[in-house]
Amino acid sequence: MDFDLSEDQRLLADSVTRLLADRYGFEARKGFLKQPVGWSAEMWARYAELGLLGVPFAEEHGGFSGGPVEVMLVMQEFGRALALEPYLATVVLGGTALRLAGSAAQQAAILPAVAEGRLKLAFAHGERDARYDLSDVQTTAKRADGGWVLDGAKSVVLHGDSADRLVVSARIRGTREDPDGIGLFLVDAHADGLARRGYAMRDGTRAAELSLTDVAVVDSDVLGDPGSAFSVIERVVEAGIAAMGAEAVGAMEAMQSLTLEYSRTREQFGKPIGTNQVVQHRLSEMLMALEQGRSMAMLATISVEEPDPAERARSISMAKVGYGQAARFVSQQAIQLHGGIGMTEEYAVGHYFRRAMVIEHTFGDTAHHLARLAAQVQ
Amino acid sequence: MDLRFTPDELAFRDEVRAFIRDNLPADTRERMRLGYSPRKQDVVGWQRILNKRGWAALSWPKEWGGPGWTAVQRMIFIEENQAAPAPELLSFNITMLGPVLVQFGTEEQKRRFLPRAANLDDWWCQGFSEPGAGSDLAALKTAAKRVGDHYVVNGSKIWTSTAHNADWCFVLVRTNPAAAKRQEGISFLLVDMKTPGITVRPIISIDGAHHLNEVFFDDVKVPVEMRVHEENRGWDVAKFLLGNERTGIARLGKSRERVAAAKEAARQVRFNGKPLIEDAAFRQRVAQMEVDMKALQITQYRVVSAGARKTDGRPDPLSSVLKVKGTELLQSTTELAMDAAGPMAMPIWAQELAELANEPDLLSEAAEQATGSYLFLRAASIYGGTNEIQKNILSKAVLRL
Repeated sequence: MDFDLSEDQRLLADSVTRLLADRYGFEARKGFLKQPVGWSAEMWARYAELGLLGVPFAEEHGGFSGGPVEVMLVMQEFGRALALEPYLATVVLGGTALRLAGSAAQQAAILPAVAEGRLKLAFAHGERDARYDLSDVQTTAKRADGGWVLDGAKSVVLHGDSADRLVVSARIRGTREDPDGIGLFLVDAHADGLARRGYAMRDGTRAAELSLTDVAVVDSDVLGDPGSAFSVIERVVEAGIAAMGAEAVGAMEAMQSLTLEYSRTREQFGKPIGTNQVVQHRLSEMLMALEQGRSMAMLATISVEEPDPAERARSISMAKVGYGQAARFVSQQAIQLHGGIGMTEEYAVGHYFRRAMVIEHTFGDTAHHLARLAAQVQ
Repeated sequence: MDLRFTPDELAFRDEVRAFIRDNLPADTRERMRLGYSPRKQDVVGWQRILNKRGWAALSWPKEWGGPGWTAVQRMIFIEENQAAPAPELLSFNITMLGPVLVQFGTEEQKRRFLPRAANLDDWWCQGFSEPGAGSDLAALKTAAKRVGDHYVVNGSKIWTSTAHNADWCFVLVRTNPAAAKRQEGISFLLVDMKTPGITVRPIISIDGAHHLNEVFFDDVKVPVEMRVHEENRGWDVAKFLLGNERTGIARLGKSRERVAAAKEAARQVRFNGKPLIEDAAFRQRVAQMEVDMKALQITQYRVVSAGARKTDGRPDPLSSVLKVKGTELLQSTTELAMDAAGPMAMPIWAQELAELANEPDLLSEAAEQATGSYLFLRAASIYGGTNEIQKNILSKAVLRL
């Protein structure tokens, strides 16, 4: 057991903290939200300069050769700043799919461009009727001269509107919920037959609904063995859950410190509200939830590279439940202790609240993961 | 960052597990498995076996019989011992008195008491709380008046766990009622329970059992050399004792054991036409507890690992998180085990009913004990500083409110 960070890891975390402290204040963020894409291209370029866009990639691909812990450090800072950029979609989700299933040629063509900030990815897997069932894929891929043709629809594709290339799952055989028979295909954002409708989610981050009508994909754009991509999809989602856990911790830390500061300065009945024991205890309960949530986010991070798939899936589900419940408690109490001001669009706490809510509903909510765990009780 | 045990730590865990498996006396094991509180002889017997192996005086220095373990090893040992389930080391001797004497005791006090405390030749109890001094410990009134080479002690203590088993008691007394601050007039005394003037009166708790007592002191003569640390500096000792390493305070092993007991019962009883273990709502409760246990386990690792590197000797305020979350979990796991028993959670004399039916009924015996645990462990969020006091500690020490 070891909770220490290496010197390199500390430097990485410090550099992200500094950049965001300088340039990602709450007011600056409001400006980024108003950009047509819903995030800051300038910040994206800064991330590339700092090497953040290549954190989990090999050095030969212009990366930092980092692992889940390095991603955790970046995501925690992004959570604190409520960063809007498509880092999760591009580097974590798209990047993991490429790293695990991409051929050497595919990796060489895509990962360096991602690390340099020239190419953005999205992971187009979820479908409207699938809820959180990862094997429920109705989009189809059919063999057609020298390649594949994709038909179907994808739903709530994170940052699907600004991606240059999309990693799309589609079924080449089998029935609707069969884990076997699913493939991953690289689709260009401007491919014929692909229609994207982008929108903002409750927290301001972007997503898209996709419809695919006779979208042609050449063989060299198939990721791995078509038909046996399910385990890759699981691992992409697990990496996403771990990264979002760190982000949730950053957001909880920010909510805790905003609320603490507010309770020290806000006066009612002639004294700061933080002098009331009922408020002190609530803040202590938030602290406890934050620390338990942090433990679970660590568990997710460490589990991403656990070799045993069953053990990995179980730890990831435990972590998602644990940090999801913690974030729900901390964010609800943060608003409550702020009172009316916590309800306003102008104040930061409500934005953290909504990020926590979106994270909880991404890649399986608490009920979904708890049910998975309950099924395994023996 | 790595949350896994190292190969050495895993080997240590296996060694502990194997030792407990091979050396825990069979009758003790059986009682513990059914959820009974260990009897005095179970506790004494097991601690002596551990002490012979050099594993009783957990956090004491090696020269006084400590095993020389790291904080992580102590955590592993405590958890394995609780989960076995085996009787726990007597905390009054091992985590309270021992470290206090090592830190503040005279050579004579150390030589006289430490080896006997490790081997449970003396059973110690803790005379802190009083009828008028619970969470507000500094309000204590039991008076010790210096007369020549003795103190004369008058007053009473309450909630004194296991005083009826005890040979000795460490007691907080007021030696200077006129001190400017009430914390400054308190001393820490070691009192032989056989001294004339001591009366122990049982308090039966809501589980129907005798864990707790009132202890009355009526002109009890205590030699001055039985005072630990300086006169009127007993509050320093008490603070040290209460803030001392609290590995094990989360009692995770005990929670694990209760969940295992609940699952064992749920495999044997039926609910809606199938074994309770197959019921979705029951499984969901178990799953939630497993999540909570995992979170607590990692938080405990973090506190223990940070504590191993701390040099200021002060307790980590995050140990209050372990206390609150650990006892909440312990209470919910005892609830689960009780609920699994269904109607058998209610009878008190399940054992007699079983004998009437002329067949051993281990299931209802376990059910009776599951309810007993549920009832008595309502105390878990009260003793050792109530959970509300822990939140006060977090508010002051961490949040600085």
